[in-house]
Amino acid sequence: MSKVVEGLLYSESHEWVKVDGNVAIIGVTDFAQSEMGDITYVDMPDVDDEFNAGDDFGALESVKTSSEVITPVSGKVIARNDALEDSPELINEDAYAAWIVKIEMSDKSELDAMMNAAKYSEFAK
Amino acid sequence: MKYYDKLIFELSVPSRVGFSLPQSEVSLPKEGKIWRQSPLNLPEVSEPDVVRHYTMLSQMNFGVDTGFYPLGSCTMKYNPKINEEIASNKVFASLHPLQSEDTVKGARELVDTLDSCLAAITGMKHFTFLPCAGAHGELTGLMLMREYHKSRGDVKRTKVIVPDSAHGTNPASAAVCGLEIVVVKSGEDGLVDVESLKPLLGDDIAGIMMTNPNTLGLFERQITQIASLVHGCGGLLYYDGANMNPLLGVVRPGDMGFDIMHLNLHKTFSTPHGGGGPGSGPVGVCEKLVPFLPVPKVSGFHGNFAVMARALAYILMLGKENIRMAGKLATLNANYVKESLKDCYKLPIESVCKHEFVFDGLKESNGVTTLDVAKRLLDYGFHAPTIYFPLLFHQAIMIEPTETESRQTIDEFIEVMRVIAREAKENPELLHSAPHNTPIGRPDETAAARQPVIKYEKKS
Amino acid sequence: MADFCYFPHTPEDIALMLERIGVGSLDELYSDVPGECFFKGEYDLPSAMSEQQVRDYFESLAAKNSSLKVMVGQGAYDHYVPSVIPYITSRSEFLTAYTPYQCEISQGTLRYIFEWQTMISNLTGLPCANASMYDGPTAAAEAVRMCVAASKKKNTVIVSASLLPSVLDVIRTYASYSGVNVVVSESIAEDVAEGVADLAGVIVPSVNRYGIIEDHSGLADLVHSMKALLVEYCDPSALAVVKSPAEWGADIAVGDGQSLGIPLNYGGPYVGFMACTQELMRKMPGRIVGQTVDAQGRRCYVLTLQAREQHIRREKATSNICSNQSLMALWCTVYLSLMGPKGLRRVNELCYGLSHRLYEGLLASGKFEKVYDGEFIKEFVLKPLCDVPALQKALQDAGYFAALQTEEGYVTFCVTERRSAAEVDEVISIVRAL
Repeated sequence: MSKVVEGLLYSESHEWVKVDGNVAIIGVTDFAQSEMGDITYVDMPDVDDEFNAGDDFGALESVKTSSEVITPVSGKVIARNDALEDSPELINEDAYAAWIVKIEMSDKSELDAMMNAAKYSEFAK
Repeated sequence: MKYYDKLIFELSVPSRVGFSLPQSEVSLPKEGKIWRQSPLNLPEVSEPDVVRHYTMLSQMNFGVDTGFYPLGSCTMKYNPKINEEIASNKVFASLHPLQSEDTVKGARELVDTLDSCLAAITGMKHFTFLPCAGAHGELTGLMLMREYHKSRGDVKRTKVIVPDSAHGTNPASAAVCGLEIVVVKSGEDGLVDVESLKPLLGDDIAGIMMTNPNTLGLFERQITQIASLVHGCGGLLYYDGANMNPLLGVVRPGDMGFDIMHLNLHKTFSTPHGGGGPGSGPVGVCEKLVPFLPVPKVSGFHGNFAVMARALAYILMLGKENIRMAGKLATLNANYVKESLKDCYKLPIESVCKHEFVFDGLKESNGVTTLDVAKRLLDYGFHAPTIYFPLLFHQAIMIEPTETESRQTIDEFIEVMRVIAREAKENPELLHSAPHNTPIGRPDETAAARQPVIKYEKKS
Repeated sequence: MADFCYFPHTPEDIALMLERIGVGSLDELYSDVPGECFFKGEYDLPSAMSEQQVRDYFESLAAKNSSLKVMVGQGAYDHYVPSVIPYITSRSEFLTAYTPYQCEISQGTLRYIFEWQTMISNLTGLPCANASMYDGPTAAAEAVRMCVAASKKKNTVIVSASLLPSVLDVIRTYASYSGVNVVVSESIAEDVAEGVADLAGVIVPSVNRYGIIEDHSGLADLVHSMKALLVEYCDPSALAVVKSPAEWGADIAVGDGQSLGIPLNYGGPYVGFMACTQELMRKMPGRIVGQTVDAQGRRCYVLTLQAREQHIRREKATSNICSNQSLMALWCTVYLSLMGPKGLRRVNELCYGLSHRLYEGLLASGKFEKVYDGEFIKEFVLKPLCDVPALQKALQDAGYFAALQTEEGYVTFCVTERRSAAEVDEVISIVRAL
């Protein structure tokens, strides 16, 4: 059974969002990392890149698979977790600590479409 | 034999030479900024060093000549030796690609003869030989598809339909060709679901790419209906020839309604795979597309000529008589393996197969994965099947025996597969840690991908 | 059933196997194929030949060609082939293997590809090389796509008009379908400096279509100042002596390995190569071999970074390429092992001596005019002052393929170490006699 953290929002494509004012901190869920296996590389966007909700902004790679990471919200990238560049395994170790990007949201109402922890636990069963 | 782990660089001794060249009376100018300043690190070894090193490397390799190679979708049939003799003909090897036509009449005749043979075998009108591999052929074929629509002023056809069971190259080639991919689902029977296809068809569809038999080794029974539906909406049908082998001498893609296709000369036409290439992926078209050949120019000169020579030699050996049996014997071998093993391995779709079929892992896995089975096979002296493809099944094991394997060889393989199924029940650990009898054990692929070391650096 | 040496099945085998399957005939194995799909006619193919007949047939085809002494390059160079190479590459453990998916029984292939990557990296000076591409022109076309992909949003690539015609053609083909805007430029530095809004990359030859070694001083800085990438198209044989792509500051190097001892083969198979900087490694198309260790800690090699590739990434892959020209990469690897740094330099010196002997002799004949002043190694162009077809015919009658006419109306020559001074002198005297 993979871990789900209270207080975060979740997408159907297994990203989590932590809301900090106008900023969405985005990562992938424990379920996503366990499906991937050992992550070997995290392809991240550059700061200032802009995305619409539903766009893939990067990808996770393992030896035999690759999975796009999709932003549930529109906006501009204001930070990325450069620690993942040399240590992609941080996501395997703790998917909720290893955020990938921070996006300044242009439309906070997009968060309404996301699941809470209870719903996601049900979804990812 | 001892495990030999050297790289050619590690045999290097300064000022040792492996070349035989006359002395040069001229030395190059040194002045000016166009000349290389940095030292060139290449091995300095003698000729005997080179021969022994590469001979030892070869002994760590498995080829069709070493043993059975049931690698699904790769058609690892026997590579006849006469082909090699023909391909190394000194005259052909000496021809420059830009020599005038009157000095290369024999080479042109070879290509033209191969063209008409392939046309006869496939029901296409003509082929271009520029593509160097199957995926290169797909790209070329899709370019021709776009040219056809463009010539009719039909520029809104920007989408191509690809079944979910397709080879990964199909969507990748479409993307390189600037086409958008629309995926059509397979039904429960593993075949393209015609009802799912219908709503996708419209005036924005350039065509559909199909592999028939598909990657599950199943013949698309509704192919003629699919052809008329796609043609009806103004699209073209592209035939991925990767799985042509079971149809060799039985069914022609042109007669099924395909407009464009590629062949893999290194699969269906017996040319050696060479550890990953060179291949050759000629693209054939039906009559109405002939005006679009020989462009587009997708490679430097005339394609992989020496590979074409091998394929023609094979076709001449087959002739119109033996070709009739090629596909049928490939299909016989595949069905024989499938029926002999389906009590121990999960057969997800019960049907007659063509040249290959897919198991979805062991019936009683006991925690043993497809990877474990594949690695254990290496211990018994067989190459592994294709694994984890197609993606439709999680534990896919894709087996293609080809027509050049004897019943005895196949019986041995079947027996080993049954032994492995038994081992999975009795001693799964033995399989998790396999292979045990190979030059190396399972490598750490995660480490290789996380911190890639892709060249040799001398330790300081 | 007819006897056929590649089919091991006896009638008894077939009967037994059909019985196990539970069908009555081979045709029944095709019960899933609609009737209208079967080919019912007779194949329009020759009757099966015996091996000796096949041998004779190809001998007769070979005899219909003229085997000429080649003095033209333009992307295919007639260098000397050491006898060791075909001996090694025809070993069936190499020849009849597939792509090395099962690394435990493919260490031979994986290790020579690792050696090839190292050699290409050392020749170009760039740290990351892939396992090879189809040929030089397709490698160049892939490099153009790579520039665009790496830039994310930019879409124009400036391409030097001095690249080989075959390279320009293939770049144009690939670009036109993938929507890349290709600008062919006669004067690269000026066109780049002028500023192109969405410049993703620039591709220039190291040694150009006229055989001239180009001077790219300052170009890399200029291109990088536009946040674009610099690609060099190189002749790997010449890289032993000419400034390397890394020394010029290039980000990507591509070219054709044919000049590393691969026979002309009427145009193929050859082998493309690609090398790039560390930053671009994961954007590179094609297969890559990496070093790792097995469970017992033994050094070994695997296909790596596969998540870039079509079988995993499908339409989002860096390229649709799914093979390499592995055996041809082995060909070049053995060649470079034999040659070493000294041998490869010697090849260039011999070419330089012979080609300059021809160049001077032809100019002295009064039948040609000089076109360029730049330094060349083995290939050059001249402006003909004589009738070109007559010139070509006279040379061909004497057994030479030389003086190929270019788009500009020049004639091109190329002399490698396979030619002798006597042959060069003979060509000069044929020209003088015109």
